[in-house]
Amino acid sequence: MILIGERINGMFKDIREAILNKDPEPIRYWAKRQYENCAAYLDINTGPTVEPKDQPAVMEWLVKVAQETVPLPCCIDSTNPEAIEAGLAVHKGKAMINSTSADQWKMDIYFPMAKKYNAAIIGLAMNEKGVPKSAADRVALAMEIVVNADAHGIPMEDLYIDPLMLPCNVAQDHGPEVLEAIRQIKTLADPPPRTTLGLSNSSQRCTNRHLINRTFLIMCMAVGLDSAIADVEDQELLDAVAAANILLNKDIYCDSFLKTFRQR
Amino acid sequence: MAVTIAKERWTNNVAEVVLGTEPNIVKIGGESTLPFLHFEGEMPNRPAVALEVWDMEPTGWPDILTSAYAGVLNDPVAWAKKCVEYGADLVCLTLVSAHPDNKNTSPEECAQVAKAVADAVNVPLIILGCGVEEKDAQVLEKVAEALSGRNYLLGCATQENYKTITAACMVHGHNIIASSPLDINLEKQLNILITEMNLTANRIVIDPSVGALGYGIEYAYSIMERTRIGALTGDKMMAMPVICLLGQEVWKTKEAKSTTEEAPEWGNQERRAILWEVITAVAFAQAGGSLFVMRHPEALKQFRAHIDKMMQSNAY
Repeated sequence: MILIGERINGMFKDIREAILNKDPEPIRYWAKRQYENCAAYLDINTGPTVEPKDQPAVMEWLVKVAQETVPLPCCIDSTNPEAIEAGLAVHKGKAMINSTSADQWKMDIYFPMAKKYNAAIIGLAMNEKGVPKSAADRVALAMEIVVNADAHGIPMEDLYIDPLMLPCNVAQDHGPEVLEAIRQIKTLADPPPRTTLGLSNSSQRCTNRHLINRTFLIMCMAVGLDSAIADVEDQELLDAVAAANILLNKDIYCDSFLKTFRQR
Repeated sequence: MAVTIAKERWTNNVAEVVLGTEPNIVKIGGESTLPFLHFEGEMPNRPAVALEVWDMEPTGWPDILTSAYAGVLNDPVAWAKKCVEYGADLVCLTLVSAHPDNKNTSPEECAQVAKAVADAVNVPLIILGCGVEEKDAQVLEKVAEALSGRNYLLGCATQENYKTITAACMVHGHNIIASSPLDINLEKQLNILITEMNLTANRIVIDPSVGALGYGIEYAYSIMERTRIGALTGDKMMAMPVICLLGQEVWKTKEAKSTTEEAPEWGNQERRAILWEVITAVAFAQAGGSLFVMRHPEALKQFRAHIDKMMQSNAY
């Protein structure tokens, strides 16, 4: 399970203020915390309050501060292609682009960018019509993403398809469809593309959010989820992933399995 | 049409363990692929072979084995020299006499014998206790001290006695054999416990416990295979080279011990017994063994001929 730490995002108040005040400390704090809690990537998002024209410079600054603090690659998260490219240009190591959708014009921007910077990329199984309801429609969009990625020479292990989970209190019927979509996406190519999920979205405005998140993550792991953008502060989430790695026969069991999961 | 060679992309490699001191060192491990897949990854070190020496004259060894060591079986120093003459990469000194049922030799006396053997040969030593966990901790502590700085391989450490042996290896600059009873989960756990004492992973050699051909060899084989795949896919607590203590297993089987007269339908004993040891070793080399402790010099010779062939490049 490749965990992408969600916390460096301008939607959070402390990060928003850090960006406004050009204060690197909160960025450093969360980079370090998430590094210690098993994150393999740091998601970096300027948030919606930064003006589009300022987003490239802010993204560049966030990526630099994060990578000066911990030896982790970033998952450069924006709807603004210029902000993404600005982040890629200063990034050390193999970055991840977050994200393209299945819209042709977006794929025509982001896949060449992924190729140019040798970055991994997340492909959202949606288009301008929105998030599909059924598993079949999600998989059809995933197939378009796979075909386009392949045409641009992106290896499948660098492509992460996100089937998109909606909050379970407003779109409860999406849960089974997402699970089925993950299972089918893993059969679209050989080797298969990877899969990821914005986990916290599944519990927006619900009670017991951590329980919902970790239950859904484990259910998704069972059908082939490779990665998640998640709150890695949640120690019970990490414990559950460690246990699932054992039960899925991905890690060899030993009595210290909770501890070894946390070692790099 | 050109054939595309399917290659697995592994993410980790087996740690390389160096035994002995310059210029007489033996390196084991370091592989970045499954055994002998030279086309896929690196196998920088050949499997190394040790011959076994006891600190007391063995009883119950068949004549075809003792005859190879005629005149030296009650003299570990001369016996060790004989092993080197036979071409062993290392000598494995087993301190059998320390066992309370044998001579209950004191740790100090064991250390003296080990020192004498070490001074007589120019190959690195593997030094094993008598198999009684508590006694082995005492014995190996003294042995480690007497041979301080020689960078030998000491064992076997188990979950019961690893603390003393690990500490002795750290203080006196040796490497440790981490031994588990055919159980991959305990194997991993023991490696974790030893590294938690700050002995680095490249100073640990795994003994998964092995059986001879016909005596559970497939259990050890599958554990070794899983260990290697775990190592290559990034599990650092599985990424140590493996030692196969196979001579002791082979030479207690009836196929090795029965004479030609006792089992005429099985053919000539010497040929049969040696083959039994060779085939057991060959199987474990395929499973991912890096260090082989054998007994018969002719078996060593034949096994090495096999390794020579297997180490030839098959790169495409």
